Amino acid sequence: MSNKGRFLATDKIPGLLKRLGGTYRVFAPVKVSDTVILFHEFKEGAQLALNKQATLPPKEILFPQTECLLSYTYHKDPENLEKSEVQVEETLEALPTIIFGARPCDARGLMVFDAVFNDGQWRDPYYKARRKATTIVTILCTQPENTCFCTSVGGGPTNTEGSDLVLTPVTGGYFAEPATEKGGALLQDEAFALGHNKADEAREEREKVSLESELELDGIAQCLLELFSTDFWKQVSAKCISCGACTYVCPTCYCFNITDETAGVKGERIRTWDSCMFYQYTLEASGHNPRPTKVERYRNRIGHKFSYHPTNYEGMFGCTGCGRCIKACPVSLDIRQVLREVKVHG
Amino acid sequence: MEAIGKLREDIQKELEDVEFIIGWEQGFDALHATPLFIRSQEDIDRLIWNPLCVHNLASYLPQLKGRKVGVLLKGCDSRSVIQLLQEGLIQREEIVIFGISCPGVVDLSKIRARMNVSQVKRVSFAEGNVTIETPQGREEFPLDEVLATKCLSCQYPTPLIYDHLAGEALSPQRPADLLYKEVEEIEKLDVKERLAHWERELNRCIRCYACRNACPLCVCQDYCAADSRNPHWLSQRAGIGEKVMWHIMHALHVAGRCTDCGECERACPMDIPIQRIRKKINKEIKALFDYEAGVNTEDTPPLYTFQMEESTIREKDW
Ligand code: SF4
Ligand code: SF4
Ligand code: SF4
Ligand code: SF4
Ligand code: SF4
Repeated sequence: MSNKGRFLATDKIPGLLKRLGGTYRVFAPVKVSDTVILFHEFKEGAQLALNKQATLPPKEILFPQTECLLSYTYHKDPENLEKSEVQVEETLEALPTIIFGARPCDARGLMVFDAVFNDGQWRDPYYKARRKATTIVTILCTQPENTCFCTSVGGGPTNTEGSDLVLTPVTGGYFAEPATEKGGALLQDEAFALGHNKADEAREEREKVSLESELELDGIAQCLLELFSTDFWKQVSAKCISCGACTYVCPTCYCFNITDETAGVKGERIRTWDSCMFYQYTLEASGHNPRPTKVERYRNRIGHKFSYHPTNYEGMFGCTGCGRCIKACPVSLDIRQVLREVKVHG
Repeated sequence: MEAIGKLREDIQKELEDVEFIIGWEQGFDALHATPLFIRSQEDIDRLIWNPLCVHNLASYLPQLKGRKVGVLLKGCDSRSVIQLLQEGLIQREEIVIFGISCPGVVDLSKIRARMNVSQVKRVSFAEGNVTIETPQGREEFPLDEVLATKCLSCQYPTPLIYDHLAGEALSPQRPADLLYKEVEEIEKLDVKERLAHWERELNRCIRCYACRNACPLCVCQDYCAADSRNPHWLSQRAGIGEKVMWHIMHALHVAGRCTDCGECERACPMDIPIQRIRKKINKEIKALFDYEAGVNTEDTPPLYTFQMEESTIREKDW
């Protein structure tokens, strides 16, 4: 990283976020209950929670759980009531936004989104506009959790890919280093002090972090294809209750559903999160469902993340190892264990 | 003999006659147990029984109808089975029940609220205390402070139905008048405050439906009205209105059937205290029909019958 680093004292953060709030929508992890930390739009007095991974990743800011794609109104032709015209309005809104306090796995999660919505064969104008308007400030992890396995899937606790400004925890605050120009621009704020004396400490902190790559994932895409039609999936999904929590907390799950919600002559076309763990997800109009039980659905979740996604997107897994699915799963189904077994049986 | 020894022995005896037996094993760290599908002797060796065995394994049974399986049940979990039997959703002869007398299980969210559990190394239980070791040190506190709320007013520590029983049958030790304590606290609020309370809590609901899927009595599952697309009963939006609506829907669909097992709340990744909503309805059902779900296989849930005049509701006097 560069030598352009600055020091950000912990007690300067609320002021910084408040000032940034004048120009940007600023989201930061806030404690919303005894145990839940969410990225909320920062308000003075909010209880910031910067030293732990948030319960949900910040994906909702770029890919809202409910998003209005367009709104429409039907106008009846007074001459001929059989006829009506539809007026359609685009509702795209992309305000300058800062995500403050993401984790490296969260920032990488957005790279998975980028591949699908931003850079590939299909471009999503809604995501694209918001992505462009967003600056990501990431806090590196000096204490990974026992559910973290980012190093096994190409990332790491001190990985800076996908971040604009990177913060390393040091005594009294953070050492801030720009990773992109967008991130560098934030360093103009008065909250950032000269930080020469903190650079060494930051480097040492980063070097101290140990999170060994515990999974051997070479060739897993092929193993998964080989296991496709076997009873393996019955065994590993037995305890799954097909609840979908794992997909909703995941920083890389991007499946969505589109519905027209009409009331009277007006309506909205909305996009909402969907989940491959739900029965309706692949329910066809004929009534046939190619993934009728949790067995096929669980197979899809793992297959998509570790086989089809890397095959389609230059080897990148659809998983950043954040471990949230392990923590959120009501039956503690551990995706790492499943991947180990795939390697043994596949 | 210790409960776990008796369990292993009984399981061994039955294993040949069933497809599998559902119990618990150690999960991904010392603080988490996870369901175990026992098919072999090796699996029996992995079985554990301690206050971390929180899951109500009865939730798996409706989907296994038609197959012969075994299941380990705590006292409260046995009520789910009774309720399912009442409704014909499972068949008694298809299930071998291994009952366990239970002194209480922990609520992991209560532990998460009081300490950082991201690196738990060891957990042990002794003399009414729990000790949790992390790289930062060890913490010890009374088990009662982190027991699941349902355990603090438990009236059925010994299963009400079983083929085998492990552990000494326990009589209820907990005060029954605590049963609706949290509900009563909310009832004290005026209507506006109550609404504000629920809007604040439910606002973090992500409509993932983990609460539904974990509930042993939510048997519609794949055909749930909440996410049916045709007909489209409920907007797919994730606004507070839809969230509240979803919970009213769930609570009403288990009215008179909910056995207070707490799985809905335990499964919630957002730690929303939703069991209270179900409990409130249980309280009303008790007051209206003098009925408690899941205690007698011969009963019929009050909303499953129609009587011109309910014996407990004195309409004519109104
Ligand atoms: S699959 Fe699990 S570990 Fe991987 S990114 Fe999603 S939530 Fe995180
Ligand atoms: S998975 Fe890696 S990047 Fe994410 S919180 Fe854990 S250590 Fe940090
Ligand atoms: S959270 Fe767990 S139980 Fe729920 S769908 Fe995912 S793996 Fe299955
Ligand atoms: S509603 Fe909740 S407490 Fe009631 S039976 Fe279902 S999971 Fe158990
Ligand atoms: S489990 Fe929690 S977050 Fe999910 S739908 Fe139920 S209440 Fe909402």
